Parts: sequence; C-alpha cells; structure tokens
Amino acid sequence: MPDGSQIDFDGLIPNNVDLANDLRVRKALETWHPGYIDWWKQMGPEGFQENLVYLRTAVGVGSEGWARFGFVKMPEYRWGVLLAPQVEGRTIPFGAHKGEPAWQEVPGEYRAMLRRLLVIQGDTEPASVEQQRHLGATAPSLYDMRNLFQVNVEEGRHLWAMVYLLQKYFGRDGREEAEELLRRRSGDQDSPRMLGAFNERTPDWLSFFMFTFFTDRDGKMQLAALAQSGFDPLSRTCRFMLTEEAHHMFVGETGVQRVIQRTIDAMTAAGIDDPYDIPRVRALGVIDLPTLQKKANLHYSLTLDLFGNEISTNAANAFNAGIKGRYREDRLTDDHQLLSAQYPVLRLRDGAIIREDVPALSSLNMRLRDDFVDDTAAGIARWNRVLERTKFPFRVTLPHVAFNRRIGEFAAIHADPAGNILTPEQWAARRDEFLPTTEDNLFIASLMKPSLEKGAYAGWIAPPRIGIDNMPGDFEYVRIED
Amino acid sequence: MIDFQTDPSRYHHWKLSFDGPVATLTMDVDPDAPLLGGYELKLNSYDLGVDIELADAVQRMRFEHPEVRAVLLRSARDNVFCAGANIRMLGKASHGHKVNFCKFTNETRLAIEDASAHSGQRYLAAISGSAAGGGYELALTADHIMLIDDRRSTVSLPELPLLAVLPGTGGLTRLTDKRRVRRDRADVFCTTEEGVRGKRAVEWRLVDELVPPSAWEERVRERALTMAGDGPAPTGLRLHPLRRTIGDARIDYDFVAVDLHRTERRATITIRGPAGIDGEGCDFWPLAMARQLDDAILHLRLNEPSLGLLVFRTKGDPARVLAIDAVLEARRDEWLIREIRLLLKRVFKRIDMTARSLVTLIEPGSCFAGTLCELAFAADRCVMHEAATMTLSSMNFGAYPMGNGLTRLQTRFLGEPESLDAAHATIGSALDADAADEHGLVTTTSDAIDWEDDVRMLLQERASFSADALTGLEANLRFAGPETMETRIFGRLTAWQNWIFQRPNAVGETGSLKRYGSGQRPDFDVERV
Repeated sequence: MPDGSQIDFDGLIPNNVDLANDLRVRKALETWHPGYIDWWKQMGPEGFQENLVYLRTAVGVGSEGWARFGFVKMPEYRWGVLLAPQVEGRTIPFGAHKGEPAWQEVPGEYRAMLRRLLVIQGDTEPASVEQQRHLGATAPSLYDMRNLFQVNVEEGRHLWAMVYLLQKYFGRDGREEAEELLRRRSGDQDSPRMLGAFNERTPDWLSFFMFTFFTDRDGKMQLAALAQSGFDPLSRTCRFMLTEEAHHMFVGETGVQRVIQRTIDAMTAAGIDDPYDIPRVRALGVIDLPTLQKKANLHYSLTLDLFGNEISTNAANAFNAGIKGRYREDRLTDDHQLLSAQYPVLRLRDGAIIREDVPALSSLNMRLRDDFVDDTAAGIARWNRVLERTKFPFRVTLPHVAFNRRIGEFAAIHADPAGNILTPEQWAARRDEFLPTTEDNLFIASLMKPSLEKGAYAGWIAPPRIGIDNMPGDFEYVRIED
Repeated sequence: MIDFQTDPSRYHHWKLSFDGPVATLTMDVDPDAPLLGGYELKLNSYDLGVDIELADAVQRMRFEHPEVRAVLLRSARDNVFCAGANIRMLGKASHGHKVNFCKFTNETRLAIEDASAHSGQRYLAAISGSAAGGGYELALTADHIMLIDDRRSTVSLPELPLLAVLPGTGGLTRLTDKRRVRRDRADVFCTTEEGVRGKRAVEWRLVDELVPPSAWEERVRERALTMAGDGPAPTGLRLHPLRRTIGDARIDYDFVAVDLHRTERRATITIRGPAGIDGEGCDFWPLAMARQLDDAILHLRLNEPSLGLLVFRTKGDPARVLAIDAVLEARRDEWLIREIRLLLKRVFKRIDMTARSLVTLIEPGSCFAGTLCELAFAADRCVMHEAATMTLSSMNFGAYPMGNGLTRLQTRFLGEPESLDAAHATIGSALDADAADEHGLVTTTSDAIDWEDDVRMLLQERASFSADALTGLEANLRFAGPETMETRIFGRLTAWQNWIFQRPNAVGETGSLKRYGSGQRPDFDVERV
C-alpha cells in the first residue's frame, strides 16, 4: 500500500490508497458505488438534492489545508477513500501484541472481531443521515442547512471509509456486509439499524443539535479508540475521520449555544427574570431553558447506552487483541496491557449505586464512557458560559449516569437526574419533570418553520458569530433559486 | 442441596401460559437467581436451576395439560433468544457438576423430543434475537424453527472458537443427525463465532423458516395453531408436590426409600410395590413411584457424588405389580396411561445413564415383576436369592426401550435371540432362581447360607475399583447394539466434551474457560492427542 501522501482525483473514487493499481478492490467499490448513490437519493436529505451547496471536500490528509470549499450538488459530492498517512515503523500500541509491528493485513484469529467492529461502526454512519433526512424542510437558516448537509455528506464518506476496509480486507463476507449496510434502514421494522439510538427519529433541529453534540461525540470516542488500533488501515482510516468529526461536534455545540443565546436575549428584551416562567418564555417564540435541559437529559442518557455494558468481555477481548484501544491510548502512561490493573466502576449493589474496583480489562466500556462524560462536561461548560454572562441563575447540568438507562448496570432501576433511586411509581409521577413531554415536543415542532432568506434566522436561534469559511453573514450557503 | 422439585408458582426463569391447544413457554431468566453463587445469568443464559424448571414445565404440560398439542418456545427478551449455558458458571463449577449439568440438560432436551414424538405435543422455536450455543441447541429440539429476519438475529454454535469446548448439549449431533446439515457446512457453522442469519440459515437447514419482523407475531401464532391442528382435548391431572423427607442417612417417599451408607459409599434404593390398582391422579402407583424414583436418582447424582454404588431392592406383592402392568397394557391408548408408560421409560433411561455402579438384589419378599424387572436388566449386576421369584410381563418386551431403541432384554440378548423368545414364553410365570438363571435373566444366584457373604463381597469389591474406570466400563457395556441420535449424544458427544472439560486447554489456569471474560486469550497446548 502507498504511504497515503498522494491523493488520486482522476478515477470515479478519489483516494489515497492507490485504487488505480488495486483492480480487485476498485472493481468491488465501483460495483458498490451505484447502490450507494441510489441509497443517497432515496434515504439521504429529502429535497435540495439538485441545489448547489457550499460544502467542503477533503483534498488532502495532512493537518494543514486538508479541505477545499465550493458549491456542489450533493449527489455529485466526491466521496472518497482517505486514510491518514502511514507512520513508518508503527507498532501495536497496547494489548497482548504490544510492541509488535502494526498489522497491515487482517490477522486471521481476529478476523471475526474486526469485521464486527467495522460493521457496527459502519452502520451508524448512514443511519444518522437517514434519521436527519427530513430536516432540510425546516432549516432555521441557509447556514444551518448547509451545516446539516455537510454533516450528512461526511457521514456518507465515513460509510465509504468502513466499506473500503470491508471490501479490501474481508473478501466475500466483506462485500455482503457492505451491501447490507445499504439495505438496513433507520427505524425500519423489518431491517432496522443495529444500535437502538440510531433507530430513533431526529424530529426537529434542537434534536439534531443535541444529537450532534451528544451522539456524534460517542462516535468521536469510538473512532478515537479505533484510531489506536494495531490494525494499521483501521487506525489510519479513523484518524482521518476524526478530522471531519470535529465539525459535527462544532455544529452541535454552537447550535445549542445559539438557542440559549436567543432565548436569553428574548427574555431580557421582554423583561422576564424567571427562566421557569415557561408560558411567558414560550410566548416569545423561543425555547425555554427547562425544556432545553430536558432535551439534554434525553439525548445524554440515550447516548450513554451506546457504550454498552459497563463490564464487557467483548471490549476486553478487543483491547487485549490490540484491535480497539482506549481514548487517547497514546497519551496514557500505564503498561498498556492492563493484565493486573483495576478500574473503578459504578455498580448497582443491593439497591444502591456504589463504586467498585473491577479488572481494568473488563471495564473498558466504562472507562470510555467516563472519558465521554468528561468531554461532554467540557462542552456543557461552554454552553453555560453564555448563561454566566447574564443575570439568569440557570445552568445546564448533566444528569447522573444512572438516569433513564436501557442498557447496562442501571437498566434495572429508575433514577432521577441527581442519581437518587426512584420506585416505578415515583418515576411515573415525576418522569415529565425530567424528560420532554409530548407537549414539549409539540411546542418545539411548532417553531420549526423554514427560514431560507439569505442572512435570515428563525426566531428561536441566534445567528452564528462567524460564517463558515469566513463567509459574510448574508452568504447564500445553499442556492435555493437558480 | 440441589432440589429437582419445583412448580410453576416457584419458577424464576420461565413463564408458562396456555391458550387452548397452544402453550407458550417463555424464557425470561432472572440474572440474580443463579443456582450456585458467584455469577449472573445474563442474556437468558442458563444453569442447572434454569433447566430444572424447563424439565418441570415439559413434564407438567404432558400430565397437567394434555389438551396442549403445540408448544411455542420463545424469549421474553428483545435481543436475545437464549445465550446458552452460562460460561462463568462453567468456569467455576466442578468437573462433576459440569458433567451432571450436561447430562441433565441433554435428558431434558430428549424429553422435549419424546413429547413431540409420542405425546403429540409438538414444539415450535421462535427465535428473535440471537440463539447462541446452548440457546440454539435448545431450539434444535423443536420440530420447527422460525428465525426473525431482522438482519440482526442469528443462530450460532460458537463454543469452539469462543470457549474451546463443544456444543455439547446435542448441538453437533442434532446438526448432522436431525437437521441433516452437510458436514462441511456444519464445520463452517461451528467455527464461525458470529453464526449465521437470514437466507443462509435456511439454505443450510439451520432453521426452517425466515419471517420479516412486520409479519412475525402473526406468523408465529399461525404456525403454532397449524402445528396444533385438531385433536382431542382431555383434562389433565395435577402433579402434586412429592411427599419427601430427607434425613442424614435416609430419604423417604411414599413408595421409594433411599438408605445412604456413606462409609461403604453406597445407597440402597428400595421400592415398595403397590397396595392395589387404585390410587387417584398422581397417587396412582406407577406414576407416583416413577416420579419418586426419578427424584431419588437425580438427588443422588447431584448431591451424593461419592456414593458410587446404587443397590436396587423391592418389597411387595408381585401379583399387584402385574395387575398394574395389565392396566398399563390394556389401556395404553388412553392419554394418561400412555404418559405414565413414557415417564417410566424415561426414568429407566435416566438410570441407564447414571454413572454409578448399579446392583439389583432380588430377595424373598421382593416384587420383581414386569415393570420392576427393568431394574434388574438395567443393573450392571443382578444377584438373586434362591427363595425369591421373578416374573416377566409383556411390559418387558417393548414398553421401555433404551436410548439405543431396543428393550433391555433385546440389548441383553443381542447375541442370543433365542433367549429373548424363551424369556417371552415365561410371561406371567413366577420364575425361581434356577429358572431365572437358566433364562439368563440374572447374573448369579445365591442360597440362603451364602447370600449375605456373596452380596457383601460383591459390593466391597465394586467399591474398591477406580470410580473413573468403572464409569467407562459400565457406559460401554450397558449400551450394546445400534447407534441412535441419543446414544451418539451421550456416548460420543458428551464423552468427548467431558474429556475436553478435563483438559488444560479448557480448564487449566490459562485455559479458555478460566480466561473467558478476562479479555486475555487462552494459551493453548497445540499438541494433538
């Protein structure tokens, strides 16, 4: 394989993996390509497929100037296969094979495990595009619409990245799995996506921002762990995907920030001091902060479920095998093998939540989740900075990890956002304090009216501070009329 | 103590519901109710406790719900049908427990197939979510396997790649013998950890039918109703709890008593014959005796592993046993009589499969007649007192086949078919010791003077041999004759499994079962033996 420093833009599929000289894989990908385009047209963004959108396209894999902005119709977007450059002499950074040269081919003994990881990761990429496909119609601005489509095309590229690995390294099985990735559909009763959270609808733009803030952050953590992989092509793929993923976090974080900003601006202008005076705040056509908190509670708890069981044999096996590392494994200073290390895990014991030391290998899901919680908390602190500059005492908080869980240690109990265990009756009585109600959702839905004038923004969200690619405020990010 | 007695009001892990001719047996394993301590029964995984309830449910449906003609096996969980035997339990359990666990679970699965073949209660497995290892093996007992086609649900036998052991609850055998899966495909299937789903599962005959989720519930219901078809709907009887007292040296039931001679490492099981042919419902002697004897055998297997020698005795009036046999034969077409005969058949098979030396003593005052003579033929040795009698009935010639498909007398006389005819000619006649010996029905006879000494020496000598070697010897000599799926399960599959269970690659400090869940791979000794 070439070292990845050169990108070939000549063929059907831009790439830096020398597809021109890899006939078998090129043929497999070119065979898969029409199905992908069909999928994009059927299940990608609804409407706007023929509009020119100001999108960035990856043109390099170095840290400097890797992307180029320009107007493109989405179905003509240049989805490519791009891996971070190969690092000379890279060794397996953790697990039983630590120190051995990184694998350039799939080790037979870990084939099944690797394939499973790739398929699960790959399945989430098209799933989120499907979940978000209706949002174009209610975009609060051309700027936001463009950001949505940017996220969508890049999720599409991430699917390409996983499909390349499946086609290149897993033979017939890999081709079948690549086909299946196009066949499953988010929320479809007969062939749903693999993970629960990816079968929920993304019904409105606040949900989209929350999703990109919380759920795409899970994606970031998973990619960061896979970027450490001893299987070098996977590591290189994920390293480059992380470059793109940063924009998705940005969309979510600034999106919610702008919602908060708009709400406090409107409250200040109307002279409302009490953030909990929900009817008066809603009358202003903005989203009240307690409802925003409830949305955060929901998306955070759904996302925590994606980390799986706190104690996990699969995670232990993948680490020991050198396939999936920890978040920023390369910055950790332990022995990177964890054979005798312990890690504290929150567990349910006799009806109480306690912290218990567990073999570190078995608790890697918990550890990654802890890293996610820290990373999320930093983002929440940036939201709160908007509030700290005002007189309002309101702060957004993260609920306890035991709150509203369906998977793992706390699936068996009900807990409030502070982590107090509730009886089923108490939960039923208080659920609406913690999570969005139908009424809350209907209110949010009522605000979702498109705002497609250049430089205009829907009344429930503030404009961004700076434009994408430093464009001016009235830039037409999506050309609505020819 | 491990107790094999339970009833639906005490189940932790199964839900049983009835709707006319269709029963639904729903697996809903309580992770926090393991039989032994120290593991959680996650993902509908099972241990012996889960299987004891399953065996009870299967048995109860036959006696208490004869109106049932189709049993739907399913899971209460969304994403998993059943994950098979709990691995942590296997990692912690003693070798003896593992072997007994496997044996019992195999007997339970065969009982399901027996209910389908002979009681008209056909089984339908509805797999939604993954059916892995023992979970798929459970589904394999069904007559028809439905798999939901949600692109996630799979069937798999991952024991070899994942745990370095075998799909030992009949999995390998049912793949090739029952489902007739091609051997190379079976090889691929059993070495592919993630299993097979969708169309390929049907093509390979791993399942019978693939159903999209939108049609799932309806199709399952339809299929169960079709399977049930039309038929009689008799009213069942209640299987009341056994009256049982367990003491230090003795266990007492109504018709069965077990004396525990620990210093001699021996248990004596004494069966009291019937008082008459009456007895209501589950107190009818052959049914009551069979349930008590079954419980006693299971109790000894699991709770008294060092009592290596089981001595069978009977007490009572042979004429009354023969009167019962006459009823069992004359009314064999009635559902309850049919079920009692089938239960007796299974209990005698359980005795055949018990890894203890079996010695039957035929003494004066005993009632070895008809059905109870099976205890003499099941034994490794049978000694008859000169003043005792033995009487055959037609029940000894077909009612109670062994796992090899032959009766105990057919198996006994494989090399001398004329002896079988000669024995048949004695039906109804009380044979004295000489006649029984002449007909080859007992191992030795003994007169009043020598009896005690002969018996003592036989038992003492037996107790002095290696327990392992005796188990091997007896298991070989008991099952002469043809192979069946059943004999292959016990004789080939579980024998190999028990060997693997002893090997360091599975149970050594760095073996697969010890390392499972730690994330560390087992270190294998690569040398082939």
